[in-house]
Amino acid sequence: MTVLPLSRPVRRPGRVDRLAMLGGALIVLVALSAVLAPWLAPYEENTPDPLHSLDPPSGAHWFGTDLAGRDVLTQILYGGRTSLTIVVAVLTVSSVIGVTLGVVAGYAGGPVRDVIMRITDVFLAFPALLLSLALAVVLGPSVTTAIVAIAATWWPWYARLAASVAASVATRPYVDAARCLGVPAPLVVLRHVLPNSLTPVLVQVSLDAGGVILTAAALSYLGLGAREPVAEWGLMVQQGQTYFTTNWWVVTFPGLAILVTAFAFNLLGEGLRAALDPRRVIK
Amino acid sequence: MIEVRDLRVRYGTRTVAHVPELDVGAGECVAVVGESGSGKSTTLMALLGLTEGAEVSGYVRVCGVDVLTAPARRLREIRGARVALVMQSPEAALSPTTRLGVLMRRALVLHGVDAGERAMAEAVEAVLLDPAILRRYPHEVSGGQAQRFAIALALALGAEVVLADEPTSALDVTVQAEVVGVLRRLRAERGLALLLVSHDLALVSTIADRVLVMKDGEVVESGPAARVLAEPSHPYTRELLEALP
Amino acid sequence: MPRYVARRLGQAFLVVAGVVVLTFVVTRLLPGDPAVAFAGPKATPQQLAEARARFGLDDPLPVQLWNYVRDLLTGDWGTSLRTRRPVLSDLYLAFPASLELVGSALLLAVLAGIPAGVLAARHRTRLPDFGVRVGGMLAVSVPVFWLALALQTVFAGNLDWFPVAGEYDTALDTTSPLTLWTNITLVDALITGNWPILTSTLRHLVLPAIVVAAYPTGVIAQMTRAALIEEAGQDHIRLERALGFGETSILVRFALRPALNPLLSLIALVFAYAIVNGFLVEAVFNWPGLGRYAVDAISYSDVPAIAGVALLVALVYVLANLVVDLLQGVVDPRARQR
Repeated sequence: MTVLPLSRPVRRPGRVDRLAMLGGALIVLVALSAVLAPWLAPYEENTPDPLHSLDPPSGAHWFGTDLAGRDVLTQILYGGRTSLTIVVAVLTVSSVIGVTLGVVAGYAGGPVRDVIMRITDVFLAFPALLLSLALAVVLGPSVTTAIVAIAATWWPWYARLAASVAASVATRPYVDAARCLGVPAPLVVLRHVLPNSLTPVLVQVSLDAGGVILTAAALSYLGLGAREPVAEWGLMVQQGQTYFTTNWWVVTFPGLAILVTAFAFNLLGEGLRAALDPRRVIK
Repeated sequence: MIEVRDLRVRYGTRTVAHVPELDVGAGECVAVVGESGSGKSTTLMALLGLTEGAEVSGYVRVCGVDVLTAPARRLREIRGARVALVMQSPEAALSPTTRLGVLMRRALVLHGVDAGERAMAEAVEAVLLDPAILRRYPHEVSGGQAQRFAIALALALGAEVVLADEPTSALDVTVQAEVVGVLRRLRAERGLALLLVSHDLALVSTIADRVLVMKDGEVVESGPAARVLAEPSHPYTRELLEALP
Repeated sequence: MPRYVARRLGQAFLVVAGVVVLTFVVTRLLPGDPAVAFAGPKATPQQLAEARARFGLDDPLPVQLWNYVRDLLTGDWGTSLRTRRPVLSDLYLAFPASLELVGSALLLAVLAGIPAGVLAARHRTRLPDFGVRVGGMLAVSVPVFWLALALQTVFAGNLDWFPVAGEYDTALDTTSPLTLWTNITLVDALITGNWPILTSTLRHLVLPAIVVAAYPTGVIAQMTRAALIEEAGQDHIRLERALGFGETSILVRFALRPALNPLLSLIALVFAYAIVNGFLVEAVFNWPGLGRYAVDAISYSDVPAIAGVALLVALVYVLANLVVDLLQGVVDPRARQR
């Protein structure tokens, strides 16, 4: 007998829902505005104008100006470039490291797997922001530091995921067959194990992008990430917080930019996960 | 106790069950027979008003309540208290994290029935179970015990109608006999109306007064159990009978 | 069960050992000389050499690691460059305040998140479900420091409903001084019956606790919703409906319990995350916990203090996970048999 759904029929896997589509659309919007910032921005990046310090939003400055008289909208558009650069760099670096180690661990099994997995356990014991903080203090603040620091805490998730997928792929008949035919191990991994491990990792990457945005912004807010003259949303919030009570726009708009971008990535990631992998809920 | 006229259950454009006529009086036992997917379980759930997502039409009266038009509250009052359900897979039908006694007490309290230790123990003893079973979780009891517990639950709540969905198919042969014995005894002692859904003709022949044979959502044959089983008129019924060992 | 406990303890020990090595590596091997930081930029070569000898920086690395582990075990977690006090005693003062904030926030998150998840599952694909999904997603996407600033400005600054910063009104220290037992102000005020400090702390706690609770609330609501929807597909739900239980009653009384199991692991995970998220919130609300200590340490490049915080939080995380894994058997009767 068919199982009755609780109130309405359960959505079938394989269909991306409307919220996810909204997330995707928002990301395209954010990405476009970051790429096209030089053409879209009403002013030049980083041009202080002491005559217009802390101007409220107006026709000339839609989102107002900051203490130095810079146009907040312009700074946000350029800040998007910084944020997206960090996201792409962190996710690329950490997924490459993580997948490489994970696939090796999963395919090799035995002591190799144990050693790699125990190392990931150790890294996972540090909450991402905390290890990033420690590294950022040691390395000195910069965008590169933020990337290195966040990537250092993010790869173990991918290593773990890739290892479990690779381990299950490694036992499939066609991999056995390839091995019996004398195909060298690295080639087996490259041809069969790696491609099969990629889908779950890509889903995870899309789920993580929002977290990376938030961590990067938090690092900059603490003065450990991007520094002047680079435009960055977390940094803008930090610089504006002193005048928040009297000049709400200097903090509100950059914060909203972070919120919207993280929200968009989370919606898309959640939708992709539901569509491709309906069983897993949260890592 | 049960009165059905021209019941139709549709999912979208597909009719999964169509029952022109079905009556079960007090102390009677009617069996609905057919293979899985023939619409017999759906019919059962329709009697409880529990076919969500489906379009149900016709006339269904259970314990004096018009199931298809009654408000949800009225339906919840008769569910459990007057009409009880015994499901196919007893372990899966019981919440795995709830002790049997807790489930029983909650159901009794819900319907305002005496939920004291004594009353619960008596209900369980009536189906020949040790009251200690009330302290167990579903995974700690056998299939036969779980099934008898489900019947005890119906008794404790004072149900007049029992809807049994393949009550024995998940059980061993000896345990089947126990469960059937309990059902038959209670029917005789308490005048329960019993609607049995089963593909097991051997079971049906020992307990049912009347039989409905369903195939692909339609009733193909109905009548007194003795006649239908002895001289089936529809080829499908003959097929079912021939499949018997 | 005893074998399981032993194996789990062994695993936890390995992770702790790894965490110690990692902290050692981060603090000793990466650029930045603690001797220079300690002695100050104007130090003479002789002072520098003294500082190096003091930190044992001239010894071979394995010896340094061994000394580091020995010091940690004997309670010497180094000396803060900023406060010039032992790091461990600084942590001892700061940690209870963080625990107070994060504990209240998690309580709030559970109290809000589970009902929200139930509501969403009850009205699946309808408006309440949509609201909870979007709301939960917003809660996990909001930058905490920004939310902290926003709530502080609006509710403490403009509306003046709550105090702007601090743990309680320090003027109370003279009028009704607090006797310390656990160092957790709320608990101490409660057991010693110090109502002025208790109410003041609660008023100070509201805004930061809400901010720290945002992320866990979103995660718990999403998770509860997903778990309930999965559980609602189980066979036993049909029996409970047939027994006459209402939909909400079924979700709360029969479906929620199995859902609590994964939720417990989730809360352990979120706990550590909330402590670190709390850092930013503590900095905004000047809450005297680990976070403010860490943020102050950062602006001072106070490596021993940061290493101490990192080590402590990692230990708490490992411990929380251990406790949850061992508790699983208690919550889920099926897990006990495995």
